[in-house]
Amino acid sequence: MYWEPDKECMNREDLEQLQLEQLQSTLNRVYSHVPFYRKKFDALGIAPEDVGSLADLARLPFTTKADLRDNYPYGLFAVPMREVVRIHASSGTTGAPTVVGYTRNDIRTWSNLVARILTAGGVTKDDVVQIAFGYGLFTGAFGLHYGAERIGASVIPASSGNTERQIQIMKDFKTTALVSTPSYALLVGETMQEMGIPVSALSLRYGLFGAEPWSDAMRQEIEGRLGIVATDNYGLSEVIGPGVSGECKERQGLHINEDHFLVEVIDPEELRPVPPGETGELVITSLTKEAFPMIRYRTRDLSRLLPGPCPCGRTGRRMGRVTGRTDDMLIIKGVNVFPSQIERVLFEIEGTEPHYQIVIDRKGAMDEATVLVEAGESIFFDQMRRQREMVDTIRKRLAHELGISVVVKLVEKKTLGRSEGKANRVIDNRKL
Amino acid sequence: MLRIKNVESGYGRLKVLKKVTMHIRAGEIVTIIGANGAGKTSLLKTVSGLIPARSGEILFDMKEIGTLPPEKIVFLGCSLVPEGRQLFAPMTVKENVLLGAYPQYRKKRGDQVRDDLERVYGLFPRLKERERQLAGTLSGGEQQMLAIARALMARPRLIMMDEPSMGLAPLVIKDIFSIVTRLRGEGSTVLLVEQNAKAALGIADRGYVLETGRIIMQGTAEDLLSNREVQRAYLGRDLDAEGTM
Repeated sequence: MYWEPDKECMNREDLEQLQLEQLQSTLNRVYSHVPFYRKKFDALGIAPEDVGSLADLARLPFTTKADLRDNYPYGLFAVPMREVVRIHASSGTTGAPTVVGYTRNDIRTWSNLVARILTAGGVTKDDVVQIAFGYGLFTGAFGLHYGAERIGASVIPASSGNTERQIQIMKDFKTTALVSTPSYALLVGETMQEMGIPVSALSLRYGLFGAEPWSDAMRQEIEGRLGIVATDNYGLSEVIGPGVSGECKERQGLHINEDHFLVEVIDPEELRPVPPGETGELVITSLTKEAFPMIRYRTRDLSRLLPGPCPCGRTGRRMGRVTGRTDDMLIIKGVNVFPSQIERVLFEIEGTEPHYQIVIDRKGAMDEATVLVEAGESIFFDQMRRQREMVDTIRKRLAHELGISVVVKLVEKKTLGRSEGKANRVIDNRKL
Repeated sequence: MLRIKNVESGYGRLKVLKKVTMHIRAGEIVTIIGANGAGKTSLLKTVSGLIPARSGEILFDMKEIGTLPPEKIVFLGCSLVPEGRQLFAPMTVKENVLLGAYPQYRKKRGDQVRDDLERVYGLFPRLKERERQLAGTLSGGEQQMLAIARALMARPRLIMMDEPSMGLAPLVIKDIFSIVTRLRGEGSTVLLVEQNAKAALGIADRGYVLETGRIIMQGTAEDLLSNREVQRAYLGRDLDAEGTM
């Protein structure tokens, strides 16, 4: 089953012609509409007309998260705000979040791309799709929601949290497809067990999971516990959100929607393409977006391109699972967290030292993050009440900043490791 | 069917087309919209061989035609209905139509011309009624039909039309556009250049927006029709007057 067979199964030559057309027109548009790109191209002495082949893409400058931050909030939009019908945002490394916009056409494109991924994962118009991503500024929930509606499935915007209620809804509404993070799917499985609800009481058939790294071992466990076919999908808000790539039921890598995105894999140090098939940083260029076109965005996600065709008949090249990051971003409960965000919060709270450690464990299915903070001179460990208040303040501010709850523990001054670099700040005990 | 990559062309020292890349698949109606002077006519003239491509490639049925003279390109099955009809006013309607059959005679297929003439008259009964009339005495709409009929006599697989609606009354434009749709229904592929973007996108499958010799947008006709920039610049919608904020 395909959603757009003429696009998903296009032969390579036609696809490359289309990609070149789209790349050239995207460059013409960003050059005339986005001063940031014009300045960057001019500085390198490159004009849109210099790009006559897909290989010429490598001559264009990269765009980074820092560029997005410097142009906060709307500096990289290529259309006037009146044409923007939706705005999403994601967390940033040092304060300003990344703001992205969509025109009416962009929303339609996005919905179609997600519809492709849902279809590839087994979802049809007859399915009841429960979206257990948090609705809000993040792109996950709305992306999947619109895609599922586009197919004609019945969509339940359950949002995240309240697992027992989710399960009740799943049972009563006869949900057939679950959309969530893979770790949440595991939690659902465990909670069902605790509630004494057998898999046979549910109608679940498919699970579409994304927003955090996971493994085949985890897939097997989810499939076993929930009795479903589980597929992985990938995307990021800077590029569009979910819909960049997704697995088909073969589950041999994620098909990239190549008629909308050009994907390169580079060595993050040398900034040159890695040999075919090797792991490197994904760099993505949007080919059809109107409001927020993106030229060579450095995703910081590590993956590789897989060789050979897929038995499913789709011709879009496949990428492997995302195996890690080239920066210090953490994904906790499906939410992107940068250690620098924690640092900034602590810096603003009197009585704490800017020394901290984040310990991430997986308790059962769910991530649990503990932030260890060194107390300053002014906190006396014999004053329990003041300590509790401080922990409370830190916890609230962190929850506000990060969008997830963390456990906060105060430790005595100079008990956390020093000067061993950033890696020391993060202890990730999760095994996927 | 037609695949153009990085084509540049112009007149004298003036470069009109800048790295134009586009394609048409068999059976499609594709339209190129753009303002006056954007390079729409230059693009059709370049594909037809009337002005040479300075660089880039033009593949018609996988064969490079960028360096061929116009008549060879017509022989291969790619015909142009030029802007302003370009009829021979002092000749009769029938004579004008038959001029289009020149490639058939050259290919020694003169025997087919009678059938072709009947087919074309079937499409345009009004031309049959007036076959003895001088072309110069026809109305604007009839002249446009005659120009299309003449092009069809070469049995093109790709027919390119340059501003077929120019100077015609709205009802006549409707007639002409319904003929374009009918041609596609009969297996032709159509490349349509139009300033009347709304009408063109109304019948096209896909479109390209040309601006100062560059393609700045492409997509399905549906996407282009709902693009605000296209609406404002080419569909004449005054969004301010509509009170959209």
